[in-house]
Amino acid sequence: MPATILLTIALSDFIWIVVGLLVMFTTLSIVVLSLTWLERKVLGRLQLRLGPTRTGPMGLMQPVADALKLILKEDIIPASSDKAIFWAAPIIVVVSAFMIWVTIPGTQSAVIQNLNMGLFYIIAFSVVGILGLVLAGWGSANKYGTLGGLRAAAQLISYEIPIIMVAVSVAMLAQSLDLREIVSAQDEYIFLLVQPLGLVLFFIAGLAEVGRTPFDIYFAESEIVGGPFVEYSGAHWSVFFLAEYINTFAVAALTVILFFGGWSGPGLSGNWEIIWFLFKVYMVIMVIFWIRGTFPRLRIDQLMAFAWKVMVPMSFLSVVMTAVYQFYEWPAWSLTAMSSTALLVVGYLIYKRMTGSTRLVAQVRSRQEALQAQRKAAANAPAGGD
Amino acid sequence: MAWFVFILLAVLTIGGGLGVVATRNVVHAALSLLVSLVAVAGIYLVLFAEFLALVQVLIYGGAIIIVLLFAIMMTRNDEYPRITDNKQWPLAAIAALALMGILVPAFAINSVEGTHSQSASLTGIGEALFTTWAVPFEIASLVLLVALIGAIIIARSDDGARSDDAASPDDGDN
Repeated sequence: MPATILLTIALSDFIWIVVGLLVMFTTLSIVVLSLTWLERKVLGRLQLRLGPTRTGPMGLMQPVADALKLILKEDIIPASSDKAIFWAAPIIVVVSAFMIWVTIPGTQSAVIQNLNMGLFYIIAFSVVGILGLVLAGWGSANKYGTLGGLRAAAQLISYEIPIIMVAVSVAMLAQSLDLREIVSAQDEYIFLLVQPLGLVLFFIAGLAEVGRTPFDIYFAESEIVGGPFVEYSGAHWSVFFLAEYINTFAVAALTVILFFGGWSGPGLSGNWEIIWFLFKVYMVIMVIFWIRGTFPRLRIDQLMAFAWKVMVPMSFLSVVMTAVYQFYEWPAWSLTAMSSTALLVVGYLIYKRMTGSTRLVAQVRSRQEALQAQRKAAANAPAGGD
Repeated sequence: MAWFVFILLAVLTIGGGLGVVATRNVVHAALSLLVSLVAVAGIYLVLFAEFLALVQVLIYGGAIIIVLLFAIMMTRNDEYPRITDNKQWPLAAIAALALMGILVPAFAINSVEGTHSQSASLTGIGEALFTTWAVPFEIASLVLLVALIGAIIIARSDDGARSDDAASPDDGDN
């Protein structure tokens, strides 16, 4: 197919794309149902609970019941809201979420429309989704909504930069922006091995992009009661919910494609390789749920400081390292060494910083104890003299 | 087909532009601008410039509109819903007419040689940007750097005064 997107598509191709879009829509809806069930079960286990058990075997019908409930709920539109924007915001969010999936391949041939610049296309349309959140916050004419919209704009724009830079370094390694070529470039070794720093940056920034728990600043329930979604209910709210889970799945899929060799794996061939792909993606998603069950929410200033002082410089460093490695054609292990050294140094510095206050407290306490012991000794000494 | 798509996109672009100046609500104006900018991305697609179209969606459709909305939402509540004309509108009208006075004759006199639109590969764009056009490219980035430093200086002069105020109670504590 020559490098065109829209205009030279024949009718048979067009029908094929429509069928593909329908399949994608159905598959993603089923995936979202499975993710909500899985998340509740995993979080339940992490918190020593059972999770849903009542609806169907092992609570398997719970997502269906939830979906029915959401659709049947009354859809309230606040009187003071900006109606047009209130309606448009969920559409922008969910359309951009689905548009990303047009070019994400499941296997070498299971893709609706492969694009030469697939990676760039995904990044471009994920930014458009942010716009929907900002508009949702403003359109609902609610102070928590507006605050949430502001937070979403600040957070998501900041974390978009490391995502773009890491995508650039992966594209340099694969010499392509085509997701299928990126996967086939990992035949020899997966990019996790040569660019561990990139993986960590991409994963963290991806979590921030979809607002998973350590980074769910912009709809933090305990601070701004749902942020941009505070006035939404029923079907409108469920559209945001759908988009959030589709985006989570997209981040996991991109992590797998860019760093874990996509659908390549032993024992399967042809379209059956999608099993490997789904297996890897669900593994990444389990890690995302695990993180959600483990870490508390960051503060907004901590989040922004982390983005601009750690993520952005490190992502530029990963681009520079990849460029040097590519230009001088050094052996692959040299990039591994550079990347993992950078990762370890930054990890150590963050650890020192995070535990700094604890160590200070311990230091002060030990000094205080020493002082008290000294005083006690001084008080005892004259008594012993008597 | 391409002609029809172009007309549609051109109507969207101009309609969005008219919406920006016609509406009284700042956020609606920003949304109209979004329609206009995304339609321009569509025109790039018609011209087979996919990379440019995606850059247009990423930078203008996404980042710039979001920053614009961020700034609008940061302003005070009673300020933003209404736009009022200010004294500068005759100047703006003169500037717009002057630009039109240059562009229309330029296109009317010099008939542009119609070349067949063809797709430029990403590699080609990258090579052109970093070899033939490296100097203009770097100058463009310099312009952005100057704007950035200017913004920091404007923000700092304000900030410096405030940090002095904030510092005094701290001094009192010490």
